[in-house]
Amino acid sequence: MTQHEWPLWEVFIRSKQGLDHKHVGSLHAADAAMAIQNARDVYTRRMEGISIWVVESKHVHASNPDDAAAFFDPANDKVYRHPTFYEVPDAIKHM
Amino acid sequence: METLELTQEEQFQARIDADVRIEPKDWMPDAYRKTLIRQISQHAHSELVGMLPEGNWITRAPSLKRKSILLSKVQDEAGHGLYLYSAAETLGASRDQMLADLHSGKAKYSSIFNYPTLSWADMGTVGWLVDGAAILNQVPLCRTSYGPYARAMVRVCKEESFHQRQGFEIMQTLCEGAPEQKAMAQEALNRWWWPTLMMFGPKDADSPNTAQSMNWRIKRFTNDELRQKFVDMMVPQAEFLGLTVPDPNLKWNEAKSGYDFGEVDWEEFWNVVKGNGMCNKDRLGARVKAHEEGAWVREAALAHAAKRKQRTEQAEAVQQVA
Amino acid sequence: MQATPSETLSLATYPPEVRQQLFRYVLQLADTSLILGHRLSEWCGHGPILEQDLAMANIALDLLGETRSLYQYAAELEGQGRTEDDLAFLRLATEYQNPLLVEQPNGDFADTVVRQFLFDNFHYHFLQQLQTSPDERLAAIAEKAWKEAAYHLKWSSEWIIRLGDGTEESRQRVEKALSNLWRYSGELTNPTATEQALQSLGLIPNYATLIPAMQAHVAKVFEEATLPLPTETYMQKGGKEGRHTEHLGYILAELQYMQRTYPGMKW
Repeated sequence: MTQHEWPLWEVFIRSKQGLDHKHVGSLHAADAAMAIQNARDVYTRRMEGISIWVVESKHVHASNPDDAAAFFDPANDKVYRHPTFYEVPDAIKHM
Repeated sequence: METLELTQEEQFQARIDADVRIEPKDWMPDAYRKTLIRQISQHAHSELVGMLPEGNWITRAPSLKRKSILLSKVQDEAGHGLYLYSAAETLGASRDQMLADLHSGKAKYSSIFNYPTLSWADMGTVGWLVDGAAILNQVPLCRTSYGPYARAMVRVCKEESFHQRQGFEIMQTLCEGAPEQKAMAQEALNRWWWPTLMMFGPKDADSPNTAQSMNWRIKRFTNDELRQKFVDMMVPQAEFLGLTVPDPNLKWNEAKSGYDFGEVDWEEFWNVVKGNGMCNKDRLGARVKAHEEGAWVREAALAHAAKRKQRTEQAEAVQQVA
Repeated sequence: MQATPSETLSLATYPPEVRQQLFRYVLQLADTSLILGHRLSEWCGHGPILEQDLAMANIALDLLGETRSLYQYAAELEGQGRTEDDLAFLRLATEYQNPLLVEQPNGDFADTVVRQFLFDNFHYHFLQQLQTSPDERLAAIAEKAWKEAAYHLKWSSEWIIRLGDGTEESRQRVEKALSNLWRYSGELTNPTATEQALQSLGLIPNYATLIPAMQAHVAKVFEEATLPLPTETYMQKGGKEGRHTEHLGYILAELQYMQRTYPGMKW
């Protein structure tokens, strides 16, 4: 018998206090509707979430680890982007 | 070429030594990938097969509360199997292939599940002892070198913490109950103690892969270290319950500030590993049956998904024409 | 006694005969959730795919939760000091009042899905109305259980559609399951004397008012599933009055095993 597996889906859950959806894991489902239901049954059994996103794993594109240095290191020396870089006189409040 | 390969491997090891997580797309040695797939899938299979001995008592649980707890625990094991299969899938293994290896007997699972669950006290013992042993194995794996595996283990450990407690609570209730109940608890401990010690695997001297796995940080303590830890942890708990650990050689050793204990029956261990445990055939048979009888269900869902997709596309095409 | 819509009632206010009827009825609801939850829990570890093992266990756990609330209330209504476990585990088969549908064996996945769908369709619409019962405990239990039932109905409806519209084999299996189980669906909305009495007091929904919405849902789901509506009209009944199929005895043999073997112990 020819058998094919249900496709793999990545699951993102937003928790009650959370502001954004976080990746929690993956699962198999025949279609998107089932993937959402399966995600509810698999990943929210302990009140972990109030909103679910699913995306078929094959549609996720990731940055290449070989590019990591070129991608992310250049941000390291831009300290002036952070508020702690600036000295605010004590007399100035609410800044 | 060879020197370049070596450098890559050295770099890889340097990352592991620095506790940097390895992620799916990172370069990794073939042996690392293969060992991980074997280890993670074996762990996943153990969760899956591990549902059966406890599932055996869901319909006979003695109270509604115990029934709910047991069912949710066995359900958690399905979840854990699922998290772990998913982690292995990030390494390029398919769940279907992993299941095929389980069903053919090529892949192994924890031998403990080849022992029968014969009384209600076994639900206590499995939770308290077997899950206790599993947790000792699993907690260090939350810091394992492979990212998806570590993340799956964090989730598993978080959920697992209630499993051991519910098992202990069952034991405590039995031990504080009628004489028959206490006897039931002792009888279960007698049967499970030694098989549980076997869960940590062969002695270090007979475990040739340990050194490499420790180097790769996919194993963080040796089998004997974990076994010793387990005994030291469990003996006082058994004493608290008023139960006797079935080992005449068990003795506190002040010098090592741990217990000395008797020798595991390694012949039994290897026999069960080879498939001669009381339940090997039944457990595997049950898994194969569920998988085969589910084939038409999985196919139907795919067929319907394809039809639905086609209908949606057709409807959209018609709309565009209009 | 006749409840007016704005009035809320509780066990302190019932005359003895109403209290007795309500006790009997709450037991019936509890038995129903218990037996179906028990059946579903038999799947645990044997489902067609891990994801669905989790789904079915979730439904079973919801039903067991509902079961416990109902038995606890029944025990209070009875007022004889019996506990939820006494009521769940220590009665005779003839005293269990679950409808016949829920005690039917799991069969294959299609049988389980059809059994679940027929029950969920009733359960959902019934609980929706029970939430407005003047009996405050029943209303509160219904409010919680209705949300759960909404999910159950979604799950079973979608599976009816998948199996009906899936492959030739799945269609044959779901049709066979329907032809086996349809005859048990009528009992759900066919009131017993106890139910009629409570309906006339306004304490529980009149089942006749549920039927249009139930039929509409079946029609909608079957259309999507490309399944013909069952034409069989003869309906089995008796479970709600303690006359069961042969299956219940075996369920109870397992369910009651521990409590019967070790009487009076704490677990």
